[in-house]
Amino acid sequence: MSAAGPSQGARPLPREGASEAARAVPAGTGHAEVLLDVHALSAWYGAAQILFDVDLAVRRGEVVALMGRNGAGKSTTLKAIMGMVDRRRGTLAFMGSDISTAEPHQVAQAGLGFVPEDRRIFTDLTVAENLEVGRQPPRRWSDGSEASTWTPERLYRLFPNLGGMPDRPGGRMSGGEQQMLTVARTLMGNPYLVLLDEPSEGVAPVIVEQMAHMILELKGQGVSILLSEQNMHFAELVSDRAYVLEKGQIRYTGTMADLAADDEVRRAYLSL
Amino acid sequence: MDALASFVAQLLNGLAGASSLFLVAAGLSLIFGVTRIVNFAHGSFYMVGIYVAYSAVAWIGEGPGYWPALLVAAVAVGIVGALVEILLLRRIYHAPELFQLLATFALVLVIKDAALWLWGPEELLGPRAPGLRGSVAILGRQFPAYDLFLIVVGPLVLGLLWLLLTRTRFGTLVRAATQDREMVGALGVNQAWLFTAVFALGAMLAGLGGALQLPREPATLELDLHTIGAAFVVVVVGGMGSIPGAYVAALLIAELKAICIWLGVVEIAGVAISFSKLTLVVEFVVMAVVLVVRPWGLLGRPQAAPRQGGAIEAPLRAPDSLAKAATAALVLALVALPAISSQSPYVVVLAVDILIAVLFATSLHFIMGPAGMHSFGHAAYFGLGAYGAAILLKATGAPMLAVLAAAPLVAAAGAVVVGWFSVRLSGVYLAMLTLAFAQIAWAIVYQWDAFTGGSNGLTGVWPPEWLADKRAYYALTLALVLAGVFVLRRILHAPFGYAMRAARDSVLRADAIGIDVKRVQWVAFVIAGLFAGLAGALFAFSKGSISPESLHVGKSVDGLVMVLLGGIQTLAGPVVGAALFTWLHDTVARSTEYWRAMLGGIILILVLLFPQGVAGFARQVVYGRRDARSER
Ligand SMILES: Nc1ncnc2c1ncn2[C@@H]1O[C@H](COP(=O)(O)OP(=O)(O)O)[C@@H](O)[C@H]1O
Ligand SMILES: [Mg+2]
Repeated sequence: MSAAGPSQGARPLPREGASEAARAVPAGTGHAEVLLDVHALSAWYGAAQILFDVDLAVRRGEVVALMGRNGAGKSTTLKAIMGMVDRRRGTLAFMGSDISTAEPHQVAQAGLGFVPEDRRIFTDLTVAENLEVGRQPPRRWSDGSEASTWTPERLYRLFPNLGGMPDRPGGRMSGGEQQMLTVARTLMGNPYLVLLDEPSEGVAPVIVEQMAHMILELKGQGVSILLSEQNMHFAELVSDRAYVLEKGQIRYTGTMADLAADDEVRRAYLSL
Repeated sequence: MDALASFVAQLLNGLAGASSLFLVAAGLSLIFGVTRIVNFAHGSFYMVGIYVAYSAVAWIGEGPGYWPALLVAAVAVGIVGALVEILLLRRIYHAPELFQLLATFALVLVIKDAALWLWGPEELLGPRAPGLRGSVAILGRQFPAYDLFLIVVGPLVLGLLWLLLTRTRFGTLVRAATQDREMVGALGVNQAWLFTAVFALGAMLAGLGGALQLPREPATLELDLHTIGAAFVVVVVGGMGSIPGAYVAALLIAELKAICIWLGVVEIAGVAISFSKLTLVVEFVVMAVVLVVRPWGLLGRPQAAPRQGGAIEAPLRAPDSLAKAATAALVLALVALPAISSQSPYVVVLAVDILIAVLFATSLHFIMGPAGMHSFGHAAYFGLGAYGAAILLKATGAPMLAVLAAAPLVAAAGAVVVGWFSVRLSGVYLAMLTLAFAQIAWAIVYQWDAFTGGSNGLTGVWPPEWLADKRAYYALTLALVLAGVFVLRRILHAPFGYAMRAARDSVLRADAIGIDVKRVQWVAFVIAGLFAGLAGALFAFSKGSISPESLHVGKSVDGLVMVLLGGIQTLAGPVVGAALFTWLHDTVARSTEYWRAMLGGIILILVLLFPQGVAGFARQVVYGRRDARSER
């Protein structure tokens, strides 16, 4: 945490202890502005319908977990929001503008960052070049305040491993380093909201821990996150609220604390 | 000493030739890397480069006007490339890969006729470059100063491209998009803009490559296909998407050619071998070897399976009563045709051409559609059948029907050899290898005067008396073509056909259920070659003569256009496509000098209107809209 740059966020947050920080945000955070509003989202791969009328919302400053077993449709939800599925239907609004039919690059330019689960690092490009691909101009919130702006230097402080290898080709990095790079690359677009697909999957526990720190750090910077996750423990550590998906439908909506306490829901829809 | 001097002179000559080849290939490689479009019109950009440079020199004024004219040509061609991307390709990025190819074929036709209209049919040789008119003495030999300049241009452009690709944001985006363009889009980069820029840059390189040849090579209308063939070879040999690879490959091929010319005729063990004749094939031999030994090219890297694996193909429809009735009506009409058209004998002549085209296209479709093997050299088997028939007839004097039975076996034998190599590859690589073999076959036929008649071909291949009447020959052709199409269809609906389609859809799964994928594909390749050979033999007897054109790349492209025009996903596709193509070709060619442009224009309109092919479109109208494609 100490390596992170100065906080420019307008929202001071209690910082003692990760889970305290997460729980410190009141349930529902009903007063904050809604950034992403998804209504009745359905999505298809070829002729196969994967999502069925998914409703969800993310407010400014929130970390929201999208939970569900393997194959529940978490990744598809994130990709459908980006416009990266074969076909989709539904209403999608981001910061007040309609993105229901937008191309992926338009969604990204609107300030919605996407971190894919399979990382999709440009293996021929160096770390620094990977970051360059993600670069977008600085942004301001609608109230005129400056949104969190990322430079390679700042990101190297957030992910010291990357800072030590700016000229290493992406293909010659460990899985954990690639995971950091894919997050850093998306942050170079200075997103208001990041769609983060299973950052804890398939990486060493020490990296998982770094990822949790990173998410809380981003949150401290005022970046909101929609986190796709199967790992209850990880989600609990960083999230304010949760949705639970099963077979492409939302089965549960509530605060993370309530979900963590609800054994029945967890047994029914999550592998715990 | 003199031998050494002439050797060095040839090597330098090769280096000079490599530069332009490299420029064209580098552009092609960049475009393929980012857009995944195999741009058949890239050779046309090269050709336009020479023509524009020619006119620009004349317009600015000879002498000092020379150098600005080169730039004007490069920029003009770059603008043409950008327009092509914006107006045409951008609309079809989501269409199947083969459709994009068809669109670029059509562009070749349109651009060729545009050049014919603007510059006329004569060869145009440009002026020499001011300041570089003289020559330099090297080892006592005079070497043109301009060629020395060209030798420098290749590495210079390579260096500039390298700087562009590694030191600029644009270059970084290009390299990223070459690996995963969807991810580049998800990071906020507008691909449309990137694609236009890359296309313009690639076209500009081709235009510059052409313009630089102005004093060395006359501008002709044949440069387009000639250049695209050579550029494909360089890109494949060097490794798709690798710019340094393109340079190395261009150098290698240009030098091998230079050495062949230098060797001239050499006696080896009492046999005189003319190496200079090898210059027509040497690049294709190199490509064939590279594809077999190291398919991803000298400096390329093995490609991961393509990320965006097109739409899943629907199963073939078994003919229902409607289709059966339509087929029966068509056959009846065809049988009755000579009687109906007795007033206009030309109809029967055209009908024979159409029937032969139908068999040719159906045999190509047999491996392209259900087997998923995209052959770019199918004319080789057509030509082998045609030459096989002509040579057998002349050499043995056997009766025509015996010849007609034997000639397809000649073609099949060729397909046995080529197929064995080809089924070890897939996708673009397979396409290129089939093209390479076809070009080798063409070059042999073209140069072997004693056996094949060389560039003049063979004449006097007439059917016997009882078939001399066009209507009789029509009846024979109709019977054999119907039989051929019927047999090919039956095979597709038999267990062997299922195995072919299983192998196409997933090699792994087909393997897992016990299908010997390579063997199935090999057999399919030979069957397709056999029927293409039958079409070729019928063609030879219908015309009475045969020329190397029958196995030229242009003929292969015709076949591809027929299949794609009709639609690759339907069995009726090649029939409809071949008929439409041959008929259009015939009518348009008789009504205008610019038949290629008309044909190309029609194909472009069809591509933009019916990205599933004409027969695919008709089926949709009849059977209703199935599984809607992407809405994006
Ligand atoms: N590219 C694809 N094509 C077809 N089906 C897919 C594709 N990706 C995912 N699916 C299917 O969609 C469903 C949801 O997958 P996904 O969204 O990846 O689930 P999760 O991320 O929750 O594990 C699964 O049944 C999966 O098989
Ligand atoms: Mg997933």
